[in-house]
Amino acid sequence: MAIVKVKRPKLYWYEHLYLPAILKGLIITLKHAIASLRGKAQGGKELASSGLGVTMQYPEQKWDAQLPEYYRGVPALVTDEQKRERCVSCQLCEFICPPKAITIMPGEIQSEDPWAKVEKAPQKFDIDMIRCIYCGMCEEVCPEQAIFLRQDYAMTGVSRLEMVNDKDRLYEIGGIREGLVNKWNELK
Amino acid sequence: MDFFFIIASAVKIFGFTFLVILPLVAYSTYAERRVSAVLQDRVGPNRVGIPATLFGFKKDLKLFGLIQPLADGVKGLLKEDFTPAHVRKSFYWMAPAFTAAPAFVSLCVIPFGSAVTIFGYEIKMVIADIGVGPLFIFAIASLSVYGITLAGWASNSKYPFLGGVRSCAQMISYEIALGLSVIPVLLFFGKLNLSDIVTYQAANGWLLLPLWNENGTLIHEAYWQTSSQQWLLLLPMGISFFVFTTSIFAETNRMPFDLPECETELVGGYHTEYSSMKFALFFMGEYAAMIVGSALIVTIFLGGWSLGFGLDSALLQTSEGDWKWYAGLIHMGAFLAKTVAFIIFFIWVRWTVPRFRYDQLMKLGWVVFFELALFNIFLAALIIAAPHIGLLNTFLFGIPALVITALLMFFITKANEVRRKAKVT
Ligand code: SF4
Ligand code: SF4
Repeated sequence: MAIVKVKRPKLYWYEHLYLPAILKGLIITLKHAIASLRGKAQGGKELASSGLGVTMQYPEQKWDAQLPEYYRGVPALVTDEQKRERCVSCQLCEFICPPKAITIMPGEIQSEDPWAKVEKAPQKFDIDMIRCIYCGMCEEVCPEQAIFLRQDYAMTGVSRLEMVNDKDRLYEIGGIREGLVNKWNELK
Repeated sequence: MDFFFIIASAVKIFGFTFLVILPLVAYSTYAERRVSAVLQDRVGPNRVGIPATLFGFKKDLKLFGLIQPLADGVKGLLKEDFTPAHVRKSFYWMAPAFTAAPAFVSLCVIPFGSAVTIFGYEIKMVIADIGVGPLFIFAIASLSVYGITLAGWASNSKYPFLGGVRSCAQMISYEIALGLSVIPVLLFFGKLNLSDIVTYQAANGWLLLPLWNENGTLIHEAYWQTSSQQWLLLLPMGISFFVFTTSIFAETNRMPFDLPECETELVGGYHTEYSSMKFALFFMGEYAAMIVGSALIVTIFLGGWSLGFGLDSALLQTSEGDWKWYAGLIHMGAFLAKTVAFIIFFIWVRWTVPRFRYDQLMKLGWVVFFELALFNIFLAALIIAAPHIGLLNTFLFGIPALVITALLMFFITKANEVRRKAKVT
């Protein structure tokens, strides 16, 4: 693109004084203050404000209802319709995970098991939530759609150990997931 | 008498600085955060209250977060007081005290109430009733720049250093405008004692609101025969007020003049290397300076502790002209209310006006305010002198002299601009 020369706008003498502009600014902030104190701040309603300004008061009010579907919260494992674990411990997620938050110990499925043809399932599956950066790479890379980022975001714990989600916990958070994700849906 | 004087002074020092101003400093930090939040559609600190659950109660008392300053103070004291290895220790330790102390010292000449009579002694509600009020404040308050400059230099790293240098240059530039802008006021009052200035304003109308004088209020017929000069003086006094207030903003390093601690350019400016209570001291110094500044503006231009509008003499004075016993309390309340209103104005401006560029700041100080204040002195002098030298002399000499000064100032400003343009091309 060609160079565009921006001309400085010519100011009138009263604009040179800057005072009218400052006064205008003061009035604007005052308007905001008054609206905010009356609980009528701009956009307060859409943002479900607590009454003062547009802010939501966190522990009392939560954003859950407004969370979008694609929200990237805690990663968790899911089971399919037959309540069978989807993960085949291919360890792709473990390798792709940028901060190396996932640790998988693969295990074999015994031949007497009805799902023996799947061959493998994780023996241990830990996600260290202190490390996880909620990037969603694991979800993207998983060939079995076994791992998803859920809408939970309030992961807390008082020790490092508490922040590691083991397999049971991951299934508990993940629950059952039916059907394919959009990624695999050829119609979309 | 002497013994009584010492006791009274001690009580005043303790009561005014420790029971009024220190809490006011703490709560102006709170006000800053709450008011800025409201101006920006946020909430601000509204949680810290009395943690009643710790004592077995069901609910915490939130109290709109009013305990926040206390929590901040505790945090400041309990945090690690970290001294980097590369600093000049002695100056590094002295600097916070140098910033905080002058502001508190300069409080002592500000009259915060009318005289109260106790046990037959008349006690003036000012800690030090000296005859050089504003000069004392300028002298002491400008010492606080040492604190900032020392902090910048002793920190021995580049951002604090730049902050210190900026602060130094800024203080010098605005000190001049500050000093010159009160001269018209002093010309008008003819004295430098702040208590006398306030007493005069209580009787004759505030400097910026001369709506009453000894002949009664605005509606009173006699008022219009004696007050024409008061109204004419409003112009130079208005300019004075404007320049003075802006210079106080600059002196206290408040937005839009907070270049010494400009976060976007200098990390934290002069206090980058400071932590815990030393950092808090810088903060306290800044807010104390703001309070002194507001108090000074209120004292000089807005009638200090007086209620105004002729209410003082109507409500609080006995027929002999003495103050009633409760007048002192009401006056203290009025003074405090005015000061707090001005602090809120400071905060309001801070969260409205964006920061100046450094060259703009210097230009504003040296080219605009300096000239404006100088011209203003001549203007005020002419208006005050006009009735004495007569109409003819005023038109023959006074007004031409004024015009010449105005033109001179104007051309100095223009010359500066021409030189700047020549450099650019
Ligand atoms: S979660 Fe998916 S990517 Fe990770 S090991 Fe299991 S099947 Fe492989
Ligand atoms: S979301 Fe990202 S960081 Fe977290 S476990 Fe998955 S791949 Fe690792």
